[in-house]
Amino acid sequence: MTATLTPERPAAPEDDHGSGGLWESEATTSRVRVEGLDLTHKVILYLEEITVSFDGFKALNNLSLTIDAGELRCIIGPNGAGKTTMMDVITGKTRPDSGTAFFGQTLDLTRMTEPQIADAGIGRKFQKPTVFENHTVFENFELAMKADKRVRHSLFAELSGEELDHIASVLIQVRLDRYANRQAGLLSHGQKQWLEIGMLLMQKPQLLLLDEPVAGMTDEETERTAELFVSLAGKHSLVVVEHDMKFVEALGGKVTVLCDGSVLAEGSLASVQADPRVIEVYLGR
Amino acid sequence: MKFLSNFVFRLGLWCAAMALAVSAHAAVHPDTLVGFAGDFSGRIAAIEALGAEGGDDARRILDALEAGNLGVIDNRVLIVEGDTVLDAASGEAVTDILASEVDTLTVNNRIRRALSSARAALILISGSQPERLAAANTLGESASPTLLPLFERALAAEEDASVRAVLIRAAARVNLTDPDPTLRRKAAQDLGSVTDPAVRNLLAALVGKTGEGSAATWAEPDASVREAAAESLRAIDRRITLAQSTGTIFTGLSLGSILLLAALGLAITYGVMGVINMAHGELLMVGAYATFVVQGLFRTYLPNWIDAYVIVALPVAFTIAALVGVVMERLVLRHLYGRPLESLLATWGLSLVLIQAARVIFGPQNLELANPTWMSGGIDLGAGVVLPFNRIVIIFFAGFVLLLLWMMMQKTRLGMFVRAVTQNRAMAGCVGVPTARVDTLAFAIGSGVAGLGGVALSQIANVGPAMGQGYIVDAFMVVVLGGVGQLAGAVWAALGLGVVSKFLEGWAGAVIAKILVLLFIIIFIQKRPQGIFALKGRFADD
Amino acid sequence: MRTPLTLRLLQSTPRSGWLALAIFAAVAWIGVPLAHLVVPEGHPLYLSAYTVSLVGKILCYMVVAVAMDLIWGYAGILSLGHGLFFALGGYAFGMYLMRQIGRDGSYGADLPDFMVFLDWKELPWYWLGSDSFLWAIFLTMALPGVVAFIFGYFAFRSRIKGVYFSIITQALTYAAMLLFFRNETGFGGNNGFTDFKRILGFDITSGATRVVLFALSATLLMLCLILGRYLIRSRFGRVLASIRDAESRVMFIGYNPLHYKLFIWTLSAILCGLAGALYVPQVGIINPSEMSPANSIEIAVWVAVGGRGTLIGAVIGAGIVSLAKSFFTVTVPEYWPFFLGGIFIVVTLYLPNGVVGLWRRLWAQRKATDAAPAEDPTPAAAIKGATA
Repeated sequence: MTATLTPERPAAPEDDHGSGGLWESEATTSRVRVEGLDLTHKVILYLEEITVSFDGFKALNNLSLTIDAGELRCIIGPNGAGKTTMMDVITGKTRPDSGTAFFGQTLDLTRMTEPQIADAGIGRKFQKPTVFENHTVFENFELAMKADKRVRHSLFAELSGEELDHIASVLIQVRLDRYANRQAGLLSHGQKQWLEIGMLLMQKPQLLLLDEPVAGMTDEETERTAELFVSLAGKHSLVVVEHDMKFVEALGGKVTVLCDGSVLAEGSLASVQADPRVIEVYLGR
Repeated sequence: MKFLSNFVFRLGLWCAAMALAVSAHAAVHPDTLVGFAGDFSGRIAAIEALGAEGGDDARRILDALEAGNLGVIDNRVLIVEGDTVLDAASGEAVTDILASEVDTLTVNNRIRRALSSARAALILISGSQPERLAAANTLGESASPTLLPLFERALAAEEDASVRAVLIRAAARVNLTDPDPTLRRKAAQDLGSVTDPAVRNLLAALVGKTGEGSAATWAEPDASVREAAAESLRAIDRRITLAQSTGTIFTGLSLGSILLLAALGLAITYGVMGVINMAHGELLMVGAYATFVVQGLFRTYLPNWIDAYVIVALPVAFTIAALVGVVMERLVLRHLYGRPLESLLATWGLSLVLIQAARVIFGPQNLELANPTWMSGGIDLGAGVVLPFNRIVIIFFAGFVLLLLWMMMQKTRLGMFVRAVTQNRAMAGCVGVPTARVDTLAFAIGSGVAGLGGVALSQIANVGPAMGQGYIVDAFMVVVLGGVGQLAGAVWAALGLGVVSKFLEGWAGAVIAKILVLLFIIIFIQKRPQGIFALKGRFADD
Repeated sequence: MRTPLTLRLLQSTPRSGWLALAIFAAVAWIGVPLAHLVVPEGHPLYLSAYTVSLVGKILCYMVVAVAMDLIWGYAGILSLGHGLFFALGGYAFGMYLMRQIGRDGSYGADLPDFMVFLDWKELPWYWLGSDSFLWAIFLTMALPGVVAFIFGYFAFRSRIKGVYFSIITQALTYAAMLLFFRNETGFGGNNGFTDFKRILGFDITSGATRVVLFALSATLLMLCLILGRYLIRSRFGRVLASIRDAESRVMFIGYNPLHYKLFIWTLSAILCGLAGALYVPQVGIINPSEMSPANSIEIAVWVAVGGRGTLIGAVIGAGIVSLAKSFFTVTVPEYWPFFLGGIFIVVTLYLPNGVVGLWRRLWAQRKATDAAPAEDPTPAAAIKGATA
C-alpha cells in the first residue's frame, strides 16, 4: 500500500479517507467514503440556506451560494459579513446550525472532518498566512503534497522522482525556488503568502479557498498573484475573499457581495459596484 | 506540705462562700431528710427523694454527703463545715452542737451509686443544656422503671429538642417493656418523633422475629404495637434519609465553597495571563500559616480577644499572599508570557520552594488551629448529622468574597481592565490599558483571594506545608468546567463539583469518587470544550 | 527505487552518532560487567553494586526522558502524568517478580505476602498469567499502551491541548496513585511490591543478574535513541512538528492530527512502561508514590534541563538531575527541594533550550566569529540537499 504514488493518481477510495488502519474501529463509524468527485452538473460547491449563529448573533443567515467547476469567484463584503465563517463551514471547522453544504453532487461537507474535506480536494489559505515556520520551504511543500496522509505511510514515506519534480515545479511557479532550504519562519510576509498558495497547489485541490491572499504583498507581487490565479482557473475552482478592488478587478471573475451573513448581490464587478444596495453597505448608511 | 496548706486555704474559702450562699436560700422540707436518720435503705430513699426534688439545697446536702460532712444526731440531720455545724434542712447554723460531736455518715458503693443518679436527676431538672443532655443520656442508659416519674417531670419542663429526644427515648424504652400493651403502643408511637439511629434499631428489633424458622416468634406479641412501631420506623427512616442528604449536600457545598475560594484566584490569573499558577495551592498554605501566626500573636498579647483572631487574620493573610504573588509574578511569570507550558514548570518549581520554606520555618508537622468560640459547635439535625458552624461561616464567607470580587470586576476601572485583558490582551494594550500593571494587580488580587481561602481552610483542616498541593488540580478543574474568565461559571462548577463528589463519595468511596469526577470532567470537555459558560465564535479557540 | 528500511535507519543517525553509540555499547556490555564482576574490590576500576544499580536506574530514567521528549519536544504535548506509564510498566513486571518469590515470602504461602495479610484466598483475576515471564513482558508494554491509547483517544479527539492536557494528565496520575494506595486494588497498597528474590529463576541480588539488567537498560536506551532518531527524521516526525507549530494548517492539508498524536503518545507510554519494567528489579521496589504528580513533573524537568527537541538533551538532562538528586538526598536532603525548584525556575527563565541549547549557542557564537554566514544555495542544490 505504500508503493510509489504518482501525482496524477485518481482518488482511489481506500486512500482518500484520513483514517489509519490502526484505528479501524473509529474509522468505520466516522468515515465518509470519498468517491471520485461527481461534477455532472458542472457545479463544484453548493451552499444552501446555511445558518450559523454564535450566542444569538447570526454570522451566516440563510446563505445560499453555488460555485461552478473551474470558476474563479471573488467574495467581497464589509467586515463581519460572514466571509471567514463561510470558509469555516466549507472546510468543516464550523458546523452550520442548519442548511446543507455539498462538494460536487455527493459529498456532504457538514458531515466530514477537516482532514477528510482537505483530502477530498478542498484547499484553504488562511487570512493570516499559516505555514510551518520551523520547517524549510521544501519540507512545507513535501508535507502539503497530495499523498497518503495516514500515520503508517508517513512513517516510511519517501519522495519519488515524480513527487520531487512536482515540488520543483511548484517552487518555480510561486517563485520560491531560491529559498527551498530556507526556514519558512524567515520568509517575508509576502513570501509566506506565496508559500501558502504553493502548499495549496501541492495538494492538487479541486477547489481553492483563498482568504485575503494578497494582504501584505507589494503591487508587483499582487499582480503576479492575479496572473497565477487566472491561470489556475479552469483547471481548478477558486473562491477568493479580498478587499483589494484592484486585485478583484484583475481577476475578472464573477463577484459575490456578502452582507450580514447572506448574499447581497452577485454579478460582474462593474454591475455589483453599480448596485445601490452595495454602495449603501460600503459607503455607510 | 505546701499542697496541703493550699488545699486547706481553698476549703476555707469555699466554706465561707457556701455559708454566704446557703443563708440566702430557701430550705428543704425536713421530712425529705428523715430517711438519713434511718437504716441503709432509708438513706438511699432519702437520696433519691432529694434527687427528685431538685434545687440548690438538695444539691448542697448531696455534696455534703459525698464529702463525708453529713451527720445525724438525734434525728437531726446536720452538715459539718470546718468548725461550724449547719442544719441540713434549713441551712442555718446550729450553735448547740460542736462539730466534733457529729458522727458523719459513711459513704459506701451503694450510696455512691444512688448519689450519682440523684445528682443526674438534679441536673436533669436544673442544669445547663449540655449538662441536662449528659444527665439524660446517663439516666436513659439504665432504663429503670423507678426513673419513669422523673423522666415525665423533666419532660414536662424541658424545652430543648435534643434533651427531649433523649428523655422521650428513655421513657419510651421503659414503657416498651411494660406489660400493658396500650402503654407499649404509646411508647412505640412516641419513639417515632425521635430521629436517632439507636431508637431506630430499638424499633426495628420490635417488628422483627426472634428465633429460627418456624420456631420464630414476634419480638412484640401485640400486633397493634408492632404496627405502631413499624409506622414510627418509617417516619424515622424518612427523617434520617432527609437529614443525611441534607448533611451530604451541606458537606458538598462546604467543599464547593473551599474549591471556589481556591478557584476564584486561579480563574483571574489564568484568565488574565493564560498561565496556570501551579503554586496557587501554596498561596492557600501561606494564608493558612499567616492565620496560625496571627493566632499565636493573639494568644501571647491579646488573650482576651482571641476570638477575634480569625477576623484580623483575613487582611493579614490577604496581604501576605498578595505580596508573595506579586513577587512570583515580577520575578518569574512576567518573563514567561506566551509560554504557558514553561510557566507550568516554573510555577511548580516555585511551589516546591515555598513548601520547603514552610517546612524549614514552621517544621514539617501539621498544626491544628483552634476555632474561635463563635465558630465552634453546630446545628444538630439528628441522626448523627451535625452542620458545624465553622463550615457554615465559610460558605457565607466564600459568598462574601465572591460578591466583593464581582463588584471589583464589574464596577471598578481595574475590573474593566482585567476583563479587557482577559478578552484580548493585544487590543487592550492598544487602547491604552496598562497591561503590565493590570497583570501584577490581577495576580496580587488572585493570590490574595487564595490567601483568604487559606484562612478559611485553616478553620476546618490541618495546616501543614503540603496542604495546598491537593487543591491546585481540583481548582483547575473548576476553572476548566466553569469556563475561563467566568465568575458565574466558576461558582456553578465549584458548588456542583463539591456536591457531586460528596454524593459519589457516599456511594462509592473517596477514591472511586475522585476517579469518577475526573472521568466526568474529561467527558464534559468532549461536549463543551469551553466550559459551562462558553465563549463562542471566531475567537473561541485562539 | 525504495531504499531498504535498514539502510534508512542507518542513514537517520550521522556517523558520529553511531560511533558514540558503539562506544556506549562497549562500555555497557563489556566494560561495566568486567569492572563489577572481574575487577577485585578496592581496585580503582572496581564498580560497586550500588554504583551499577544507581547508573542502571538512571539509564531507565533516561529512556523515560527520551519518551517524554518525543511527545513534548517534538509534538508539543506536555504530559504531567508520564510517571503513571512508568509505574504501570513497573507494576506489570513487579507482579511477575512477586510470583517468582514463590513460597519464600515471610508467610511461606503461595500468594504474595500482602494478599495473605489481607486474608485473600486466591489471586484476583487480573493476576492471571503473572507467573509467566513472556506475559509479564507483554503486559509491561500493553498496560501502559492501552491506558495511554484510551486516555489519549478521548483527550485528543476533543482537542484538549496545552495546559488543559497537562493538568488532566496530572489528575490522571493522581487518581491512579490514589487507586493503587488502596489495599483492595490488589497491588500491595502503600508498600507496593518489594522483597523480590528471583528473576527467571536467577537470584536477583547476584552480580551477574545486576550486570545483565544494566546491559539491558543500556540497550533499551540505545534502541530508543535510534528509534527516536528515525521517527523525527521521517515525514512522520515532520508532521508531528507541524502539529506542534500549526495544528489547524495540518488538518487543512489533510492530516488527521488525532492519529499522529495518538501514535506518538501511545509509543511514548510503551517506552516508559519498558523502562519501568527494567527499573523495578534494579531498585527492588515499586510503590504508588512512583505515580505521584511530583515524580511525573520531574520527568518534564529532565527534558527541560537537557534541552527539549533534542534526543541527546533528554538523556543529558535526566543524567544531570538524577545525579544531583542522588548527591543532595545523601548529603543535604533538606536543600534538595530548593535546588530542584530553583532548577525549574532557572531553566525555564534562562535556558529555554536547556544545556544542549546553551552549548549550541556558544558553539554558534564561536563559529560566527570565525566565518561569515553562507549564501542561499541554488535551487537544484537545495532540492538535492533536502532529499538527502
